[in-house]
Amino acid sequence: MWTWFYKLASPPHVYGVAAALTPWFSALAALAIGYGTIAGLAFAPPDYQQGDAFRIIYVHAPAAWLSLFAYTTMAVAGGIGLIWRIKMGHAVAAATAPIGASFTLLALVTGSLWGRPMWGTYWAWDPRLTSELILLFLYIGVMSLRPAFEDPGRGDRAAALLSIVGVVNVPIIHYSVLWWNSLHQGATVAKIGKPAMPGSMLWPLLSMLLGFMLFYGAVLCIRVRGEVLNRERQAAWVREAVKT
Amino acid sequence: MTAATTAAAAPGAPVIKVGVQNAFLLVLRRELALSFRRPDQLLQPLVFFLIVTTLFPLGLSVQLSLLRDMAPGVLWVAALLSSLLSLDALFKSDADDGTLEQLALAGQGLYVIVMAKTLAHWLVSGAALVLASPLVGTALAIPEMAFGTMMLSLTLGTLTLSWLGAIGAGLTVGLKRGNVLLSLIVLPLAMPLLIFGAGATDRAISGTSAAGALYLLAALCVLTFTLAPFAATAALRISLE
Amino acid sequence: MTGAFWAMGGYARYVWPCFGFAGAVLCWNLWSARGHLAAARIRAARALAMNAGENV
Repeated sequence: MWTWFYKLASPPHVYGVAAALTPWFSALAALAIGYGTIAGLAFAPPDYQQGDAFRIIYVHAPAAWLSLFAYTTMAVAGGIGLIWRIKMGHAVAAATAPIGASFTLLALVTGSLWGRPMWGTYWAWDPRLTSELILLFLYIGVMSLRPAFEDPGRGDRAAALLSIVGVVNVPIIHYSVLWWNSLHQGATVAKIGKPAMPGSMLWPLLSMLLGFMLFYGAVLCIRVRGEVLNRERQAAWVREAVKT
Repeated sequence: MTAATTAAAAPGAPVIKVGVQNAFLLVLRRELALSFRRPDQLLQPLVFFLIVTTLFPLGLSVQLSLLRDMAPGVLWVAALLSSLLSLDALFKSDADDGTLEQLALAGQGLYVIVMAKTLAHWLVSGAALVLASPLVGTALAIPEMAFGTMMLSLTLGTLTLSWLGAIGAGLTVGLKRGNVLLSLIVLPLAMPLLIFGAGATDRAISGTSAAGALYLLAALCVLTFTLAPFAATAALRISLE
Repeated sequence: MTGAFWAMGGYARYVWPCFGFAGAVLCWNLWSARGHLAAARIRAARALAMNAGENV
């Protein structure tokens, strides 16, 4: 029953699965992001407090969510590689890092542009913004550490350890609005019970969230294939894969 | 952890059993002895600390009242940076001449070695900073009533930083130009420290209770002290294997 | 599309750069990932060719 899971430790299998999944993830992502963008920009009613500026949420919230999700994935995949010595874990961790970092940057920039009209400032040293900025630095640290080693396996393991140490930051970011008096608003969607948003605003947001996740999946699949090839260059199965 | 370590490989040599506590104390004493043998290297981070804290008032040429406002931040940034300077050497010299591998093979386990080395590092750098802080505090116009909180927060903070730095030092020990990378890795992890430490001192200066920030700082210290040794040991194993 | 849509209730200079930057990040991700895979394939092919050459 668990064979599908065990097979994920095999590089040629991962390469093949990633190649097969990419078009599906891409197509679904395009649909979800397309609908979310159009509905969010044109059909969702303007917010009574923030006016049309609230529409930034359709890129800001999914980017922020993905920045956390990607870091957690990187730490978990790295942990799998470190603890069980499964190289595919390191491949996924290495592939995920630049994607997550770019989304962290997107979250920071869109948040800053949203903050200017709403709070009157492009930046504030409030807990959530600060910890998200720290997340970007952590990403950069992990991405800088990996190539610094001559032995790529050692680089993978060191980067995995560092990403696990840094994962402490992720719950801090998430709960910062709960634990401290933060300028940033609290949870809108992920509350139990009725969400604080009407449907016409919520559905495009959920669609964007799904779309960004699917997009992350698509890009991850492409990058993972490259990472697998880099780690398995000498293997026999690579000959067939590279020919096509 | 086994309770015994074998002596050098000379055949017929007596086997010396060293307990965990004794191993810890042995390594601690060795580290301190080595550090004090080079008093100039001992003083360098301290001097750096003093110089950096002087740079800010010189560069900004502010009045005393504004200086007082900046003081906690300046103090803490300077302490952070000068602690970082000495972190690079935490494992490097032992790794270079092979001592570290021998210590790793010894029966006590790398965990005890890392504990002892990090504590020695703090005693030599962090503790020195704490003792020098009243001098620096006076130069930055921090009122005397805040000195207690300042020194307590610096103690907790530099302890935590030594532990975070041990993780970074363990990860970068084998790298040729690992110094900058070490700072790149450690500083983001140290940012919450800076926020709470400077915040505690700031509150003490303005007369309000710094208890909340101090408790958070203490919590960070305990969390780091509990978990970082494992991470630092794992980092060293990765670098040594 | 009406001018009101582009004006975004006066917030146009915040909203549109956000969506623009988002589009740029998505495009960069796709472009960078595909370049990474292409480079990996070239390097793998080269390594295989070298090995084949050695074994001859």
